[in-house]
Amino acid sequence: MNFFEFEDRLIPLGDWIQFLVDFLVENYRGFFQTLKLPVEKTLETLEWGFTSAHPLIIMAIFAFLAWKLAGKRVTIFTLATLFFIGMLGLWEDAMITMAMVMSSVIFCGLVGVPLGIMSGRSDRAEVAIRPFLDAMQTTPAFVYIVPVVMLFSIGTVSGVLATIVFAMPPIIRLTSLGIRHVDKELIEAAQAFGATPKQTLFKVQIPLAMPSIMAGLNQTIMMSLSMVVIAALIGAGGLGSPVFQGLNTLDIGLASVGGISIVLMAMMLDRITQGLSKKRKRKK
Amino acid sequence: MSTEEKVRIENLFKVFGSKPKTALKMLKEGKDKDQIHEETGMTIGVQDASFTINKGEIFVVMGLSGSGKSTLVRMLNRLIEPTSGAVYIDGENVSTMTDDELTEVRRKKMCMVFQSFALMPHLNVIDNVSFGLELSGVSKEERYARASDALDQVGLTVYSENYPDELSGGMQQRVGLARALAVDPDVLLMDEAFSALDPLIRCEMQDELIALQEHSQRTIIFISHDLDEAIKIGDRIAIMEGGRVVQVGTPEEILQNPADDYVRAFFKGVDPTNIITAGDISRNTQVQVIRHEGDGPATALQRLRNHDRDYGYVMNKKKEFVGVVSQENLQRVLKYSKLDSDNLSLALMEDVTPVLSTDSMQDILSEVSTKPYPIPVVDENNKYLGVISKNIFLRTLDKTEETINGEEI
Ligand SMILES: Nc1ncnc2c1ncn2[C@@H]1O[C@H](COP(=O)(O)OP(=O)(O)OP(=O)(O)O)[C@@H](O)[C@H]1O
Ligand SMILES: [Mg+2]
Repeated sequence: MNFFEFEDRLIPLGDWIQFLVDFLVENYRGFFQTLKLPVEKTLETLEWGFTSAHPLIIMAIFAFLAWKLAGKRVTIFTLATLFFIGMLGLWEDAMITMAMVMSSVIFCGLVGVPLGIMSGRSDRAEVAIRPFLDAMQTTPAFVYIVPVVMLFSIGTVSGVLATIVFAMPPIIRLTSLGIRHVDKELIEAAQAFGATPKQTLFKVQIPLAMPSIMAGLNQTIMMSLSMVVIAALIGAGGLGSPVFQGLNTLDIGLASVGGISIVLMAMMLDRITQGLSKKRKRKK
Repeated sequence: MSTEEKVRIENLFKVFGSKPKTALKMLKEGKDKDQIHEETGMTIGVQDASFTINKGEIFVVMGLSGSGKSTLVRMLNRLIEPTSGAVYIDGENVSTMTDDELTEVRRKKMCMVFQSFALMPHLNVIDNVSFGLELSGVSKEERYARASDALDQVGLTVYSENYPDELSGGMQQRVGLARALAVDPDVLLMDEAFSALDPLIRCEMQDELIALQEHSQRTIIFISHDLDEAIKIGDRIAIMEGGRVVQVGTPEEILQNPADDYVRAFFKGVDPTNIITAGDISRNTQVQVIRHEGDGPATALQRLRNHDRDYGYVMNKKKEFVGVVSQENLQRVLKYSKLDSDNLSLALMEDVTPVLSTDSMQDILSEVSTKPYPIPVVDENNKYLGVISKNIFLRTLDKTEETINGEEI
């Protein structure tokens, strides 16, 4: 027995995974295509909206949001960024990226917030969810991008799906953290006044966890943006594609222009949504 | 105050730990809290607590840190689930209620005020105060009306739009109190509600609580580790030690008859003259009482002579205190104003002020020591209750001193 020389591959894990994916692709392709449908519809709608609206309207909307959520300086920065990207000739790509990021954030929020609440309220749920979060955050995107393509085929939708997987963990974690950090005394007070578990959740825990949930949303947006280039590998459009093309043809200029646009857009979205996690409180 | 039962607890136990049944068994076998903690790591929070709280009284639970006070009150509304035993409110067993019934009790009957205020930081004052009403689905209009009312009671109406972190500690706790009052519960649970406040504000809040209690008689269960506070606001006090209730009684009862050394130690350093009131030591025997109508000066004098008393205490038909007459005065009246011989009021002594039954011995000390006659005691409606003689006063002083210093002797 020379187990411990580790010369032979005694556990053919790779083969098993290959087998599993093949099996799923062969038998459940239809199922996965249906799964993809809501994402596809959302993305299509958003993409249509972003690309068909006049740039001035888009700029006005973002400026308004920035004004409301983050103030004057961020508004100016937002307008400058959008104008600059437009002047670079990347407006259309930028809008596609925006649509991808927004679809990803919508689904991350829809799935992630409830999961985060569950894991915030129950230790068991947290223990069950945590390994998945670890895997989602540490598995290099290149590893799961192949099965994603095999199950969902190539294109922007598959890019968004891969992005969702990658960007979901922070909102789950920060929602859970926010719920857990609500002062025990406050929960006790709510219970003492006859709050049901549901009332405690909606009237105390969620409102108090809101800043943390918003911080999670901000993180999710940033991570979605960072997936843009990788998504371009599987045929997703947007700002990733000039970068990808530039890399392929060794066109450093093109790649850099795409990269700079991504960074600027990230900064813009970050500043706007950071306002979200700080500001929402007083309604006076 | 009535002696109608409001809350009753019976053989209440709380064990913190994984195998409470085992711990209970060990307790039955005679092991104590520390032994059990050492052997199993489990903590006995409350051990075999039983007592009854009457309607309308302020019942103070007192004890050192860790003696189980918070655990005990939290078992009343089941924020902490009792390990065994029962809690009755208005005769209903809280410990066997379903979740819905329990929620109803918490919403309508029993509210809590917390040491750390526990106000919702995301809600402004008026929303905080109407929190309980909102939970039970009261319409916005009604709950704001009731909340404003409650805020009015604690004097914070103008702050209704502010957020808790804009208020001082004392104001925050007023909001906490208003939040409970808004629900108009029968029972108020107050877990060291004033302990986080500085002494001056604290004193103010105590006075306010007593004043509130005069308007509407709630049953208040007040946790405190401060004896002065307990004596000031408590009608009765329960003293806890190591999870056990070692004595329940009025401050006077406990002071005059401490159950054990722990209780005695607690009361050490307390000036008994602050606790014992005039009502506690007044006597209405052995004194000549004279009725204003019917008794003329002659009859009065005759009576005093018969009983060998120098002073007589006069009251009117409604038993209200009128004044004190002395043999000397009566004789003078009979001698000089024969025409008016029916009028007792001419014989009344000057400068007689009765003391209130709620005055402490401290308060009446100067009165007792300067007047030649035993001091008359009346209640708040000026009804005559009895007198305090120098003799009784000194004897009481002596006796309490003995019990307080008992261990040293
Ligand atoms: N959740 C808990 N788990 C384990 N032990 C607990 C728990 N809560 C309280 N205890 C223990 O029960 C005992 C009574 O605690 P409790 O909080 O009732 O005391 P207290 O009289 O309110 O003290 P304090 O004056 O410090 O508030 C203490 O020994 C404490 O350590
Ligand atoms: Mg306590």
